[in-house]
Amino acid sequence: MEWSWQRIPSEFLVTGVKLCRRGKLGKRKGFLHVRKGRIEGLGVGIPKVEGVPALDGEGLICAPGFVDLHAHFREPGHEEKETIASGCKAAAKGGYTSVVTMPNTDPAIDNSGMIRYLIDRGREAGLCRIHPTGSVSPGLKGQGMTEFGDMVNAGAVGFTDDGMPVENGGLMSNALKYADVLGVPIITHAEDKSIVGKGCMHGGYWSARLGLVGMARAGEDVAVFRDVELARSSGAHLHVAHVSTKGAVEIIRRAKAEGLRITAEATPHHISLDHSRCRDYSPLFKMNPPLREADDVNAVAEGLADGTIDCLATDHAPHTDTEKEYQFDQAPFGVTGLETALGVGITYLVNTGIMDMGKLIQCMSETPARIFNLPAGRLEEGAEADFVLFDPERQWVVAKDDFQSLSHNSSFLGETLTGRVTATFLGGRLTWRDQD
Amino acid sequence: MKFAEKAVIMNASEMNRAIKRMAHEIIEANKGIDNLVLLGVQRRGVPLARMLGEAIKAVEGSEVPQGALDITFYRDDLSTLGPTPQVASTEMPFDVTGKIIILVDDVLYTGRTVRAALDVIMDWGRPEAIRLSVLVDRGHRELPIRPDFVGKNVPTSQREIIKVKVLEFDDKAEVVVGEVAAE
Amino acid sequence: MILKNKDVLGLEEISAEEILGVLEMASRFRAVFDRPVRSVPIMRGRTVVNFFHEPSTRTRISFELAEKRLSADIINFSSATSSFTKGETLRDTAENLAAMKIDMLIIRHNSAGAAQYLAKVLECSVINAGDGAHEHPTQGLLDIMTMRQRLGDLRGKKVTIIGDISHSRVARSNIWGLHKLGAEVTLCGPPTMVPGGLARLGVNIEYDLKKAVADADVLNVLRIQLERHSSASFPSNREYHRMYGITEDVVRTLKPEAFVMHPGPMNRDVEISSTVADGPRQVILDQVANGVAVRMALIYLLSGGDPGALSPAQE
Ligand SMILES: [Zn+2]
Repeated sequence: MEWSWQRIPSEFLVTGVKLCRRGKLGKRKGFLHVRKGRIEGLGVGIPKVEGVPALDGEGLICAPGFVDLHAHFREPGHEEKETIASGCKAAAKGGYTSVVTMPNTDPAIDNSGMIRYLIDRGREAGLCRIHPTGSVSPGLKGQGMTEFGDMVNAGAVGFTDDGMPVENGGLMSNALKYADVLGVPIITHAEDKSIVGKGCMHGGYWSARLGLVGMARAGEDVAVFRDVELARSSGAHLHVAHVSTKGAVEIIRRAKAEGLRITAEATPHHISLDHSRCRDYSPLFKMNPPLREADDVNAVAEGLADGTIDCLATDHAPHTDTEKEYQFDQAPFGVTGLETALGVGITYLVNTGIMDMGKLIQCMSETPARIFNLPAGRLEEGAEADFVLFDPERQWVVAKDDFQSLSHNSSFLGETLTGRVTATFLGGRLTWRDQD
Repeated sequence: MKFAEKAVIMNASEMNRAIKRMAHEIIEANKGIDNLVLLGVQRRGVPLARMLGEAIKAVEGSEVPQGALDITFYRDDLSTLGPTPQVASTEMPFDVTGKIIILVDDVLYTGRTVRAALDVIMDWGRPEAIRLSVLVDRGHRELPIRPDFVGKNVPTSQREIIKVKVLEFDDKAEVVVGEVAAE
Repeated sequence: MILKNKDVLGLEEISAEEILGVLEMASRFRAVFDRPVRSVPIMRGRTVVNFFHEPSTRTRISFELAEKRLSADIINFSSATSSFTKGETLRDTAENLAAMKIDMLIIRHNSAGAAQYLAKVLECSVINAGDGAHEHPTQGLLDIMTMRQRLGDLRGKKVTIIGDISHSRVARSNIWGLHKLGAEVTLCGPPTMVPGGLARLGVNIEYDLKKAVADADVLNVLRIQLERHSSASFPSNREYHRMYGITEDVVRTLKPEAFVMHPGPMNRDVEISSTVADGPRQVILDQVANGVAVRMALIYLLSGGDPGALSPAQE
């Protein structure tokens, strides 16, 4: 029996695919059996079920739907950059089925009503599971704590003042302790603003040459160190967002070796690009933390490969073309990432031999789901049928008109990437299918 | 661009003779050399002015003050300026106000260089009169400009090029006519 | 053509040959200053826009004077936005300028890279009159012109730049230009103001003023931007003056023929003492005069249009 992309039946098979799960890419072709939104069965070879429509996935890899721990979906407040709905479309196109959103919207996500609102908006869009984080302090102002308990009950999966680092060490310490009782992590955007100042790119040779104010590595290292020590004293779970310096990687490596409950993420741009990209003053290479030096890029990539850094998270930060047309020092920080993450991962990590495909996919799905306790990232019998089919060899050029996000501020515009998502399924439903 | 020489229209002695005659005419027209100055237009007008000065001195026994005029910044064809404008300069070792200026150039053609030269002079002061002396007048004027002293009238076609060679720059004194040759 | 590009954005992208060509032309323009009429008509009918997005009196006046002496039509265009408000985007600015059909844009902007951006999107020539802390090529050229007037060939000559290198576009343009002409550059200032990253450009970095000036041929003393340093780049003007100020005592230790430059405006008795500023070792007014000539030369050369050979219309 045939089935078409237009009408996906409630029970179907995907055959001829290589399954990628638990850190390993299957050597032999296999299948996935989906029934009523759940995974009925999977394995190598030909399935022994009859009369179930099948899709031939020859040449494709079948992996758990990707899980992003760090995305900015601008709603409410800046719907011209991204809405929950457009962000979910971008996520689906990138192979993501679960996304953790950051609370620095306008107003900030600092109460349970806002958490519920985001989850509802995500359900309406129906393209991916939204797991909001709440802010640590009301209005991200760095003073006092929000109602963590109430928000966790509403569905918050962690707390952070991302973008506005928690300057007050006492507040950070309390937040860690308090969140730990609720079983959720504190996510630190590790940046000491008093060191970084008005910096707009990494502080080093290129900032000196270009005449731009630099952001010293120490600004990140010091903040990571402080938060790691605070986590040590409370025993709580600290998640370090977007690690970008070799120093921070080293601090985290040591902390993990000592058995601290530290997890960390790295972005696709920090494992691939260095600060020389800023040489033409293009705000498409302006983000926070900034693109660092080649040895930082290598250290972060190695950290990801050896497990010091747990996962790849996009820090998807959409901005309008207009905003990215300001001069470098005036333009906002941030680049998009959901739709290019897989291609960047394969191009810069797998095809360079830094890590194998199984490990990359694990860093994009199982591990992030596990460290945040999300019901996602599992490609196994009985689990929700959240999965992605992608072509690991497909080469494509990142183009402005090829984005589902409302914004196109990608650092990779014009670059050729290898690896592209063919289709994404959420609970057995098709949420994205590549048209070409 | 290649220049294909066709014929010599004045040799060194013909040039000398023409300059001597022009010197006489200048003295005659001016009734002496009082108040007279010679201004050569860069570059080949400058050696010609020097030659004229020597010829005048041979007759009158005293020097006529000489200067050089660079018209680069006064041209009306900025956008078609050559690759590297010749580095030359204006040398005006006297106050032009009240002087009778003999403007000296090698070839008179459209008249635009002379127009520019007149502007340069006016920016330096207010002379009593300006007279124009050229070694060769080849016609094809685009402006109402007429020489006062001419070494030789040479009817030419627009395609042709007249080259005045002087010892200072060309190791040889002569006037030749030629054309742009196809390469 | 003396200049290969349609724009002059920085001395980084200009060759030694181009620099020397511009300076040669500038010295011809300097000669014009000695005439009764100090302007020439060559730029008649050409429109030059001076777009100053950041307050600047000296550079703007110098450019305006250069343009007037070339008989260009001038439009001054300054935007009131401060660094705290974004104002219109550069693209909007560029589109406005393009619609005006101007021949040349002189731009001063507080954001590094602004001149590059406009040059890329505009057809007309763009001269960078200072972009953030990036480059200030006309200042670099006038400094080099002034040095060459005293020292001739700069190969092997030692130039020490003193002051707030971090925030100085003058320093960056000097470094690029001087290197191309074979001079040896030393940067000196408090470590908070001299980015170590610049060592990779092949300059010496020396925090001790005495050592930095000992065998210098030229001291280029930068203006300390007092307003920028409210927070702790150096303790006080008094201490700066004592440690890095160019005083009579410092000048006494210089080689006899060494001289002192300053791009202006000066903070007297901070980076330079009044006695030095008014003394026999400074060449500050030469710099000002050379500035006009250099700007005339650039505007003139960039307006030269098509390369091509001399037209056969000889005369
Ligand atoms: Zn962040």
